[in-house]
Amino acid sequence: MESLTSTIQAVPLNHYIFLSAIIFSIGVMGVLLRRNAIVIFMSVELMLNSVNLLLTAFSVYRGDAAGQVFVFFIMALAAAEVAVGLAIIVMIYRNTNSIDINVLNRLKW
Amino acid sequence: MTSIIIISILPIVLLYLGLYKAQKALLPVAVLGLLAALVTSVLQWTILDEAQPIYNGMLLYNNFSVAFSVISIISTILILLLSKGYFEKISNHIAEYYAIILFSLAGIIVMVSYHNLTMMFIGIEIMSVSLYILAGIRKNDFASNEAALKYFLMGAFSTGFLLFGIALIYGATGTFDIDGIRDWLLNSPRKIDPLFYTGVMLIIVGLCFKVGAAPFHFWTPDVYEGAPSLITLFMSTVVKVAGFAAFLRLFSACFLPIAQFWTPVLLVITIITLFVGNITALYQQSFKRMMAFSSISHAGYLMFAIVAIGAASANAIFMYATAYSIASIIAFGGLILVRQQTGTDGFEGFNGLANKNPFLALVLTVAMLSLAGIPLTAGFIGKFYMFSGALSQYRIWLVIVAVVNAIISIFYYFRVIVAMYFRNADREQVEVPAYYKFVLGFSALATILVGVYPTVISGLIK
Repeated sequence: MESLTSTIQAVPLNHYIFLSAIIFSIGVMGVLLRRNAIVIFMSVELMLNSVNLLLTAFSVYRGDAAGQVFVFFIMALAAAEVAVGLAIIVMIYRNTNSIDINVLNRLKW
Repeated sequence: MTSIIIISILPIVLLYLGLYKAQKALLPVAVLGLLAALVTSVLQWTILDEAQPIYNGMLLYNNFSVAFSVISIISTILILLLSKGYFEKISNHIAEYYAIILFSLAGIIVMVSYHNLTMMFIGIEIMSVSLYILAGIRKNDFASNEAALKYFLMGAFSTGFLLFGIALIYGATGTFDIDGIRDWLLNSPRKIDPLFYTGVMLIIVGLCFKVGAAPFHFWTPDVYEGAPSLITLFMSTVVKVAGFAAFLRLFSACFLPIAQFWTPVLLVITIITLFVGNITALYQQSFKRMMAFSSISHAGYLMFAIVAIGAASANAIFMYATAYSIASIIAFGGLILVRQQTGTDGFEGFNGLANKNPFLALVLTVAMLSLAGIPLTAGFIGKFYMFSGALSQYRIWLVIVAVVNAIISIFYYFRVIVAMYFRNADREQVEVPAYYKFVLGFSALATILVGVYPTVISGLIK
């Protein structure tokens, strides 16, 4: 456990912040640019996981467990969202035979 | 505090009732359970507001929480009463619908009583995940599917922003506790980490998505139009009020020391929200979509209390939210009845309603007057508290903009009244069930009572 903490601390904190910000931005761009519901969904997961990484890094650097506990909550929520989200996507697929979000234009934007 | 436990156990009981085919018992049990939760919640009210954080500082159930729990629970009871006979048309398994609505309410009670960013996040998500399901309960209706998917993708997207903001604030301060973050701000006034400012911005983006404030509102009209009317009613009243309670709690208890940083941002958001909501609502042909845009504009008025943050903000939001919720309940209750007869959401469905259904036309008129903010209704009192809060901080231009918007809003609210009283149409009498009569009559009376004697509820939060 000690060695794990010191391994994580071998990389400066700024690098973790930049890495998380880059992964988060990739997720945001994915949501905004891709048209496939599943890929959008994966991009959202990417955003959540970048937050997990950031929280873990902060938690180790501060020697405070609260950040890691928060990560568990985020993971539990992500699992719940996958369950609901995939169910919604399956429902759409059954009605339209497509998961392209461009077919979702019956209601005007 | 007991109320959260009751509201969490109640849906499980309802699911068992559904399992054993006790369909008739669902609504009475749900309403009785909610009344019990209401009583336990009211008992937590203290004159001096001296509640302490409980569960290791996770929750703080003070008078603010009591007031917003009470309005959420009462609105939910009224909405459940309107659901009598509504869900049966969608599917035979109606216990699930009641259960999911109540799970969502449990999340809402957490949202209005959190004392730690972890609990805020959990509360928002318990509420949102339940709503993603509720928006899509008409499985074969394409609009409902579309609403569910849009709501889900936008909700998950905004959660990402909210979480990144929370993570950055944790990185800067080393705590999730609201008081801890405020103390950190007070102790380091000169050299606040840029991480912290970025975190506050991202949290604003995330919360504005959740409450549907422009420019993050674009999902609102589609989702509100596509979802079943009763669920739209739940989303536009209880959920929106809880969102603002969480918003206000965070900014008044936690980020208050750096108010000069975030007030300009929220000021711009408020003005954009008011204009976008009101001007777009003018062009709508569908009553339901008009109500969606009107809920955006009401989000703009509710933001006033956060922009002009002060001791009176909580009371102002409470008054406005109460007025808005009960008026919306009448409006959507009327829409459900009219739609059952005419099969349309448009304004023309209301033509000539006053001849055949004077009672329905009267309560709908009261609701529209209250939403438009005409004196002697609760809506006027709500706007009065909001505007006087803004004036006390010398934000005169903001109030002028808001009054212009209130005048614009009169146009589209009065279209309904004109359609009901001055347009003629051959129509049958709309049948109003007894449950609806009770809910609509009660809400109309409450609207007028609060409009004439605002002090009955204005002293709940100091």
